[in-house]
Amino acid sequence: MTHFSALSLLSNALTGHKNWREQWPDAQPKKAYDVIVIGAGGHGLGAAYYLAKEFGITNVAVIEKGWLGGGNTGRNTTIIRSNYLYDESARLFDHAVDLWEGLSQELNYNVMFSQRGVMMLAHNVHDVQSFKRHIHANRLNGVDNRWLTPEEAKAFCPPLNIESNARYPVMGAALQQRAGTARHDAVAWGYARAASALGVDIIQNCPVLAIRRGTDGAVEGVETTKGFIKAGKIAVSAAGNTSVVMETADVRLPLESYPLQALVSEPVKPVLPCVVMSNTVHAYISQSDKGELVIGSGTDQYTSYSQRGGLPLIEHTVAAICEVFPMFRRMRMLRKWGGIVDVTPDRSAILGKTPVKGLYVNCGWGTGGFKATPGAAHTLAHTVAHDEPHPINAPFTLERFQTGRLIDEAAAAAVAH
Amino acid sequence: MLLIHCPYCDETLPELEFAYAGEAHIDRPEDPSAMTDEEWRDFLFIRNNKRGTHFERWRHINGCARFFNAVRDTVSDKFLTTYKAGTPRPSDAELEELGK
Repeated sequence: MTHFSALSLLSNALTGHKNWREQWPDAQPKKAYDVIVIGAGGHGLGAAYYLAKEFGITNVAVIEKGWLGGGNTGRNTTIIRSNYLYDESARLFDHAVDLWEGLSQELNYNVMFSQRGVMMLAHNVHDVQSFKRHIHANRLNGVDNRWLTPEEAKAFCPPLNIESNARYPVMGAALQQRAGTARHDAVAWGYARAASALGVDIIQNCPVLAIRRGTDGAVEGVETTKGFIKAGKIAVSAAGNTSVVMETADVRLPLESYPLQALVSEPVKPVLPCVVMSNTVHAYISQSDKGELVIGSGTDQYTSYSQRGGLPLIEHTVAAICEVFPMFRRMRMLRKWGGIVDVTPDRSAILGKTPVKGLYVNCGWGTGGFKATPGAAHTLAHTVAHDEPHPINAPFTLERFQTGRLIDEAAAAAVAH
Repeated sequence: MLLIHCPYCDETLPELEFAYAGEAHIDRPEDPSAMTDEEWRDFLFIRNNKRGTHFERWRHINGCARFFNAVRDTVSDKFLTTYKAGTPRPSDAELEELGK
């Protein structure tokens, strides 16, 4: 692997950029691996990287049905934050933010992590009370979050409309300054390059048809369109398609897959300095480094695998943005797309062991999986390597739906669902 | 925008009039106190999440307000049929006919 540095950039510039090499080879499957990760998104590639880097397991393959980072990793709105209410969630997402802070150095790949702050707007008394409760809970957990008056919110984000005659006036905001955005594609590419350099095979365009189990019930390997591949352990990190893959191993999950849409505007000069979210009018917005306004909101109401979603939701989203930022009314939208997110009943992820020996699952991230990428990847790798969960992901079991020990972020998460 | 046929109003109307209400044909337990934790988990939380032909409930919330059942392909989002609550689910042969 060529080490990227200012010097390598300069020397390649002087030679007309003709000598850049491919960043990782396109691998073909071997007959057997110690660990197979299904799904080459940020979570899956990251898990393979940490398995090789931290746990010394390098005989690993990441198998992807499409192209690397082409699922929700390349379709989300890149927001990173950790201001969750419950202790379990705060620990998991804050672990991810800790890893995000060093990720570019760790991977020698610029993931453009920008801690520009995430500001959540309060529009009514209920919002004010619940956000202040979040702020106090977060601070007790060591997660930064602070209250802003409408004037302070406007000073932090000048395009914001805080007029009192608005239909939903801004009554204040909760600001997590450590939160922000990152370049989503670079996360997948950076992990892929670093994992590949440590010996991980990344196999694209290779749908997994079934997980095969032996007579003792333990996993034996996966049937793919490129033939059978033997594996000692299998970690499934397939987002919206997790139910489909896991069903082939006779594991039924408490998941439903919904389309989550996003859209971007034409690129403009820097205008929006932070991420702004509003649950009450229900939309969120940030500006990419390319200049596009990146906009999203909640899922469509019906389950689907279509990666498309309906226009009524886009209309609702854009209406909300125009309410909060009247100056964006004349912006033209360039593209919209959808990704399929797997949602659990308590809106918290499932990350850990399954009833099947040698089979691990990382799913149920719903609408907020990108922010967790390094944390989920790291704790999944730990779980696979030790056959025991890391203390951080230990509460996120599949069994909680039987024991009733739910992590009920559906009511408590800092976003509406 | 999806166009959905309400079997009570006998009209095909835009998605905005309807609310999705989850997977269909999940029977309520007849003797709740006799159920194990595992059975409760299956009833409350486990879903087919089918990629393909999916049986689901919708409610004509901004119309007659009644619940009905639908069969939809979750890859194309195309509705194969809708039918009144309480009527049995269409057989595989009937669905194949509708899919043509």
